[in-house]
Amino acid sequence: MNFEFTEEQTMIKDSVSRFVRDEYDFDTRRAIVDSDEGISREFWAKFAELGWLSVPFAEEYGGFGGTVEDIAAVMEELGKGIVVEPYASTVVVFGGLLSASDNSALKSAVIPSIIDGSCMGSLACVEVQSRFEMADVATSATAVDGGYKINGEKTVVANGGTANKFIVTARTSGEQFDHEGVSLFLVDASAPGVEVKSYKMMDGQSASTVKFNDVLVAEDQLLNAAGKGMDLIEHVMPQILIGLSAEALGIMSTLNSTTVEYTKVRKQFDTPISSFQVLQHRMVDTFMACEQTKSMLYRGLCQAGDEDRNTLLKTVHALKAMVARYGKLIGEEAIQIHGGIGMTDELNIGHYVKRLMMINVSFGDGDFHQQKFNQLSYSG
Amino acid sequence: MDIKFSADDLAFRDEVREFFATEYDADAAQQASGDSGEAYKASVIAWQKKLHAKGWIAPGWPVEYGGTDWTPTQKFIYETERGLAGIPDVIPFGLKMVAPVIYTFGNEEQKARFLPRILESEDWWCQGYSEPGAGSDLASLNTTADYAGDHYIVNGRKIWTTYAQYADWIFCLVRTSKGMRKQEGISFLLIDMKTPGITVKPIVTIDGNHSLNEVLFEDVAVPTENLIGEQDKGWTYAKALLAHERTGMAEVADSTRMLEKLKQRASVEVNGGKAMIDDPIFQTRLSDIEMELMALEYTELRVFASMAAGGMPGPESSLLKIKGTEITQAIQELQLQLAAYYGGALPDDLDSQQLGHDFAFEARGKYMYGRAATIYGGSNEVQRNVIAKAVLGL
Repeated sequence: MNFEFTEEQTMIKDSVSRFVRDEYDFDTRRAIVDSDEGISREFWAKFAELGWLSVPFAEEYGGFGGTVEDIAAVMEELGKGIVVEPYASTVVVFGGLLSASDNSALKSAVIPSIIDGSCMGSLACVEVQSRFEMADVATSATAVDGGYKINGEKTVVANGGTANKFIVTARTSGEQFDHEGVSLFLVDASAPGVEVKSYKMMDGQSASTVKFNDVLVAEDQLLNAAGKGMDLIEHVMPQILIGLSAEALGIMSTLNSTTVEYTKVRKQFDTPISSFQVLQHRMVDTFMACEQTKSMLYRGLCQAGDEDRNTLLKTVHALKAMVARYGKLIGEEAIQIHGGIGMTDELNIGHYVKRLMMINVSFGDGDFHQQKFNQLSYSG
Repeated sequence: MDIKFSADDLAFRDEVREFFATEYDADAAQQASGDSGEAYKASVIAWQKKLHAKGWIAPGWPVEYGGTDWTPTQKFIYETERGLAGIPDVIPFGLKMVAPVIYTFGNEEQKARFLPRILESEDWWCQGYSEPGAGSDLASLNTTADYAGDHYIVNGRKIWTTYAQYADWIFCLVRTSKGMRKQEGISFLLIDMKTPGITVKPIVTIDGNHSLNEVLFEDVAVPTENLIGEQDKGWTYAKALLAHERTGMAEVADSTRMLEKLKQRASVEVNGGKAMIDDPIFQTRLSDIEMELMALEYTELRVFASMAAGGMPGPESSLLKIKGTEITQAIQELQLQLAAYYGGALPDDLDSQQLGHDFAFEARGKYMYGRAATIYGGSNEVQRNVIAKAVLGL
């Protein structure tokens, strides 16, 4: 039994942690968010140089050969700095799907360019009506000579404005909600007929509406067999949910420690407010919430390797639901205990909270995942 | 990260499982537990004697006094298997509370006199800590022991004394000196319950049962040889013991078993012809608990892993008691909710079979008595004070 990160994992974790501490202070981040692109290309190149972009990829493609544990280690530290560069969308989600694809020509072509920092990517899966249901796909891919023609519109595509490539869910057969018939295509952002309109989200990251108007893609741009896209998404989903939850954990622990330290220096009624029992007990509750979330994350990491599928799924649904519940608790308590200053845009607290709120709605909110958990646990 | 056990540990687990399955008579224990009198006492002692014969009665003790030489992992496995098998823990007052104080702070004569009889379950012990004016603020206790040459004269009242009605001995915190800090001047005394001047008065709790008592001391003469360690230093000994008590209060295995039972019952109980376990709101109440328990299981494993590696339990250990008791109570609450009207029926006039919902008595009793879990062992509010100070540095 062992809950330590390996020496290698600790090294990469420390490297991200050092970067956040020494080079990614809150003013730096604010300047990046306010810049035209909303991300720092310079830092992205640095991430490549430090090897972070290679973490989940197989060694045959020049990757680090890491596991979900390595991803969690990096994501937790990025969370502590609320880093806005598109690590989750490019490396964890886009890269994760590509890694799991059985199209080795596609992998050889694209993965090295993710690793060297020249390619950013994003999964275009949400549609205006689909909410969290990934199989609700109205975007169509019609077979034409030598490939497919894609038509449809995707919304809130994470960091779509800086993405060079998209993985697009499009229906090649079946009805709107059918699991079968959803296919995954790699589409170049510069392909004719692709139209990207970007907007800022409250967490400082950007998202895009991406329209596909008669976009032609060759058949060899399918990530796996036509119509079997959902299988690939579901295969990778635990890793995505664990990665985002690790980021959330980093944010939650930062909010807690920042709040605890603030109460020690903030004086009211001639005494530090940390001496008030009513506040102490609330901070104990947020401490316990964070530890329980960490335990659930570790449960997911221990089960990711070889547990049976339903055991792992139950855990990741529970993890995402817990991140939602306790992320909300911790965020709201951080603002409340800070008082008026917690309401200001100037202080970092609100920005950590807003990233937690966006993680909550990414790939299903707490209620969505608790319902999935209920189905797996109590039905049939 | 992994939670794998070694082949040796797995073999040990099988041995424990096998022993529990063959030796523990769940039906007899269940029957006796409904009886708060001598039958219950006899059934507990019979089981503890079996454990002693096997050599497993005191895993926490040093080997030289009769403990096992188990590794931390084996102790963890033993506790987990016990909980999963639904076997109650040993009565803690002798084996887990007074014995560690005796072998740590007692003299050789005291060790020789008391420890073997505790191992053999020959003496039943109870704990004389709380007083009417000293609950969570234990150090405010007022029971006095006045030094009178070769003995002390004890006067005062102890309260919430579990199973005092069965007890042969009571270990007490008593005030031997005044006029200093309230934590000083307290001594740790062992008192024979047959001594003249002791009266045990039953306290019936809100579950209708009698397990708690008030114990009154009127000019009770206690030989000085029954003093543990030094006079006026008893608080130090008791505090060492409390730290001992706090680990292992998460009761994850017990809660896991209770939750499984609850799910089975919820698939039998129906409303409008539909099983309660298919009700979306009931499912969500279940999963609120189950998810918390899944996390707590790993919190406990994290604590255990750091102890097994020779380290001290980290900050996460302090939440075991709070979260563990909250989860236990949440299960009890949902079980009582499941019992609906039948949870209100008292067993005096009918047996549970007549109700058609045979878990209803248990649901009521467990819920009502279960309220105590967040009060005893340092109330959960005191536990929060401890975390605030020791972990968060507030």
